[in-house]
Amino acid sequence: MTEGSLKNMNPPGTWEAGTPPTIKVKKDPLVPVTRTSYLPERDADKTPILECIDLGITFGGLKAVDNFNVAIGRTEIAGLIGPNGAGKTTIFNLLTKVYQPTHGTILLDGKDIATMSTAQVNRAGIARTFQNIRLFHNQTVLDNVLIGLHNEMDYGMGSAILRLPGYWRAERIAKERAMEYLSLFHLDQHAMDLAGSLPYGAQRRLEIARALATNPSLLLLDEPAAGMNPSETAELMENIVKIRDTFHIAVLLIEHDMSLVMNICEGIVVLNFGRIICKGTPDEIRSNPAVIEAYLGRKGAKKL
Amino acid sequence: MKKLSKGARTDLLTYAGVIIAFIIVSVLKANGGLNRSQTGLLVPICCYIVMAVSLNLTVGILGDLSLGHAGFMSVGAFSGIITAMSLANVIPSAPVRLMLAMIVGAFFAAVIGFLIGIPVLRLTGDYLAIVTLAFGEIIKELITCLLVGVDSEGLHIIFNVSGSKTANDLNLLEGGKVIIKGAQGATGTKTIASFTAGFILIMITLVIVQNLIRSRQGRAIMAVRDNRIAAESVGINVTKYKMMAFVTSAALAGAAGALFGLNYSNLAATKFDFNTSILVLVFVVLGGLGNIWGSIIATVVLYILPEALRGFASYRMLIYAIVLIVVMLTTNNPVLKTWREELRSKFGKNKNKEAKDA
Repeated sequence: MTEGSLKNMNPPGTWEAGTPPTIKVKKDPLVPVTRTSYLPERDADKTPILECIDLGITFGGLKAVDNFNVAIGRTEIAGLIGPNGAGKTTIFNLLTKVYQPTHGTILLDGKDIATMSTAQVNRAGIARTFQNIRLFHNQTVLDNVLIGLHNEMDYGMGSAILRLPGYWRAERIAKERAMEYLSLFHLDQHAMDLAGSLPYGAQRRLEIARALATNPSLLLLDEPAAGMNPSETAELMENIVKIRDTFHIAVLLIEHDMSLVMNICEGIVVLNFGRIICKGTPDEIRSNPAVIEAYLGRKGAKKL
Repeated sequence: MKKLSKGARTDLLTYAGVIIAFIIVSVLKANGGLNRSQTGLLVPICCYIVMAVSLNLTVGILGDLSLGHAGFMSVGAFSGIITAMSLANVIPSAPVRLMLAMIVGAFFAAVIGFLIGIPVLRLTGDYLAIVTLAFGEIIKELITCLLVGVDSEGLHIIFNVSGSKTANDLNLLEGGKVIIKGAQGATGTKTIASFTAGFILIMITLVIVQNLIRSRQGRAIMAVRDNRIAAESVGINVTKYKMMAFVTSAALAGAAGALFGLNYSNLAATKFDFNTSILVLVFVVLGGLGNIWGSIIATVVLYILPEALRGFASYRMLIYAIVLIVVMLTTNNPVLKTWREELRSKFGKNKNKEAKDA
């Protein structure tokens, strides 16, 4: 993508082309609102999509995450920031049950996910991307998204082997939907390429497309802008907002690129040494002395 | 007509190749173009093709190295022999008995595959390979302890762990028949296996494996192979799909075993040892992991080769080994790989793509 107005970044026939026929898209636009309480106003009277209560994990005496309390609104874009090793990715691994929390509760849409496995958490509504991209490299771009649509298809092993009508129908619908997800991220012309052959930025986009294909209500993005150039980051920012506006889902992202975080996040949580040191709007975070100290050190903070 | 995807085209070509080969061999056989020893190879080749294709499902598609595949073949062989022999008076039609034997063989192999899968599929890599090897040996030893006979009262089975019992302890009535005699294995089996049955079994195996690969289940299995963590993160139940591949693979090996068992009048359990598992693994690796038609061709070539080399007498296994090494080196040589790719792009196939890119 070269520089230009934002409209030029998206060829007609993708996001702007109205409601795509098969992907479920919510029509009423979301009005960005300023946050007055701990959830964005438009989400304030609904159950938060994610609520962590006193969440923590201990690795052999080391409290990697401790006393993590957070609520995320149903259509909020939230940011999780902090210095390296603060425990951000650990929190993603806790939320997706890659790690079992040592203590605390995770409520997804009001329901406790304590007994769920990673796969069950995904089916319950949390999809994620990875800091070090984890695509199915030897499979095509289209197949990667089709794997994401796995649980949206319902035919059994018998139908698959005997190629019953249910197989053909489900496969056709899934392929159409997969192509729509790909076109949202301008990957449709690469559908038949191997995922591993895509350039880095496109691999990150494909990972988001695959996560979205699982029809989540909360999308976790782990450093989505890592390794991207400024114009790619600008496009990514647009895309994250569009994902939220199109699908009406919540997004929680880990990112070191402060321009991205400060521009699109409505709520930000700052983590240091596994503990929350500050929660608030971008403006509140920017001026918080504890945050400045965490990033710049005590001496650096004094100089400011 | 709608353009077929590359995968679907490969599948159809595989079916077509097998059918054509069957027709050619059948014609040769009918016209006396094959001598006795060549005809004798046909059914075992069919069995080993099914073994290789089914093992490819575990090793190539699921990505778990299993060294106990002969164990499932063994379970299928002996349960198939028992079925066919005990039904000899009830069902006179040999093809029907053969079919039933293969179904029963597949069923028991699937059950054993499921039971073994519970502990085994928790492991990965080398550990999984070693444990499957151990289970293969356990199955062999257990079947060696088995004494089975049939008479008008039904089946008599003794599990002879101490080794002190003989066929006489089965207490068969007049007219009864011993089917399995412990370490001697199955003796006096009526050989009802046929080349046509082998061909049908190959076709069924191909339909099952190829259609499974190109379904949501197959994609899930390959997703688990390529990146387990990512597969879990998109909601794929890893255990379920590993088990699905493993049990399907075991069931097909069981059916192949039943056909194999009913091709010989005497068959001991020691036939299905570690060497047999490795032999099938060699077919799979040489044909290419995940490559179904490759498994078929590798099986045919490598199974016929030692027989064709009989003229070289004692040197034949040496030549066989050298051929194996040469093929492995040439197929995996990076220089030759790029050369093949260049050759492929020169001859048209990628021209359309280039035109589109430009």
